[in-house]
Amino acid sequence: MICRQIELTINDADRNAGQSIKAPILIGTKIWDACMSQLILLEQLSKSFGAFTAVDGIDLAVPKGEVLGFLGPNGAGKSTTMKMIAGFLEPTSGRATVAGFDVSKSPVEVKRRLGYMPEGAPSYGDMTPGSFLNFVAEIRGFDGAEKKRRIDETVEKVRLSEVFHQQIETLSKGFKRRVGLAQAMIHDPEILVLDEPTDGLDPNQKYHVRGLIEEMAKDKAIIISTHILEEVEAVCSRAVIIAHGKLLADGTPAALLERDPHHNAVVVSVQGDGIDKVREVLSAMGVVEAVAGRANQIRLIGSNSKDVSQVIREKKLPIEEVYVERGTLDNIFRQITAPKETANA
Amino acid sequence: MRNIYIIAKREFAAYFATPVAYVFLVIFLAMTGSFAFFLGGFFSRGQADLVAFFSYHPWLYLALIPAISMRLWAEERNSGTIELLMTLPISTTEAVLGKFMAAWAFTAIALGLTFPMWVTVNVLGNPDNGVIITSYTGSLFMAGAFLAIGACLSAATKSQVIAFIVAATACFLFTMSGLDLVLNFFRGWAPDVLVDTIASFSFLTHFQAVTNGVIDLRDAIFFLSLIAFWLFANVIVVDMKKSA
Repeated sequence: MICRQIELTINDADRNAGQSIKAPILIGTKIWDACMSQLILLEQLSKSFGAFTAVDGIDLAVPKGEVLGFLGPNGAGKSTTMKMIAGFLEPTSGRATVAGFDVSKSPVEVKRRLGYMPEGAPSYGDMTPGSFLNFVAEIRGFDGAEKKRRIDETVEKVRLSEVFHQQIETLSKGFKRRVGLAQAMIHDPEILVLDEPTDGLDPNQKYHVRGLIEEMAKDKAIIISTHILEEVEAVCSRAVIIAHGKLLADGTPAALLERDPHHNAVVVSVQGDGIDKVREVLSAMGVVEAVAGRANQIRLIGSNSKDVSQVIREKKLPIEEVYVERGTLDNIFRQITAPKETANA
Repeated sequence: MRNIYIIAKREFAAYFATPVAYVFLVIFLAMTGSFAFFLGGFFSRGQADLVAFFSYHPWLYLALIPAISMRLWAEERNSGTIELLMTLPISTTEAVLGKFMAAWAFTAIALGLTFPMWVTVNVLGNPDNGVIITSYTGSLFMAGAFLAIGACLSAATKSQVIAFIVAATACFLFTMSGLDLVLNFFRGWAPDVLVDTIASFSFLTHFQAVTNGVIDLRDAIFFLSLIAFWLFANVIVVDMKKSA
């Protein structure tokens, strides 16, 4: 919406191209540049399949240098949103702009600048990673030495060389996923959209793929979707939570953590059987909760570790250990996406 | 053009990546040969021409062409690679043309490998090679029309089996539409114009005209426009199925 208004301002300024209004042109251009630096811009993006609304009015802007994590339960509309950004699905209403191009109006321009790995990383099973990447590189317009360099570089990056000449359908899930990644990265696109890039990888491979994403992050806009919340903390500079096709939360992983009621809660482990006494003392300082699965621990919400330590010293409470909880994205995720009644339970 | 060529190249190689291509070629060659010799009476006719060979092509294509076209889109949809293909910087039309060209080139090879028939008839007598060339051309165009029908119907389903059966049925109707089997169904109630129109869609009629050695522009236009129409429909089906 903002961008459209600015577009108007610039056009007006152009029309009355008198010297007197140079200043507004400058200001307009600056904001315009700021808008254009949003490599991905979604405005009220919606998609319905018949009566079912998969994506329901999503507004989102992703600038260069950002790694955005899409979080959400299965069927939340993550993949559908990504398919619309990549130009595979037409939005029912709203608009997706990628690198300044409207996806519906100039899909090929968008697809040139975007690397997309669909869910499950599909690829042609009867081809080898070598012939498959050759095909993608050719379609992306590379030839001769440049083509070979790109293929070699990408294969090196995602570590595919050992299976370069093996049929894709005979590869393990991890290798297949890396073929999908290679295919999306081969043209070094400004925008990467990766649907569950680490699904099915073992911990070493996950670590490696996250490293790859971090490495590419600085001069790209990257969107990844994931179920793994620790991954968001590990690689994403920003996370959004999507459920029922709506955007429910948006912030840095740290900011999201603050929304956990357990964020900054103090947990004490009690020595021996003084737990009742400890509970009595601490309940004067805030809300006291039992810690699930740990009989000798008490969680105190609404205080801070300094005060708690002081009280422990003063009252000589039998405390073994005190620590401050950061909260977990898991909790936030459940709290935001679970149906109301279970969230309260 | 470049994109069409790259897609066609990949698709063409895909035929040979599995035994499909070899099985098809062997069966096609065995059947064209045996039909010509046993059913067509190639020798007993005692004539130096390939009529006995070409007249069974429509019937062979009926069963074999849908086997080539069935995988073109159904496989992509089933394995999810269609999402990959359609997010590469190509248009749907380029993808449709590339795939069709690959399939058509493959049938051209199959057809080309029947050259021993042509050699044989030239050794045994003095055939009219002009007629043989037009017959080959006509056969290739007819195969193209069958392929275009099959490709379009393949885009409508995820199942290759369904794609095969539906395409074979559609091709059957097009082949037979000049015969009473189909026409009698319409004669009772439809106006003559419609019956004539349906009859004019008969592959058999058009193909027989070509194999008689007469290159009539109308027959060429018939097959070409049929190919164009079905490929156009193919583009629409792919776009429609994508967003559903």
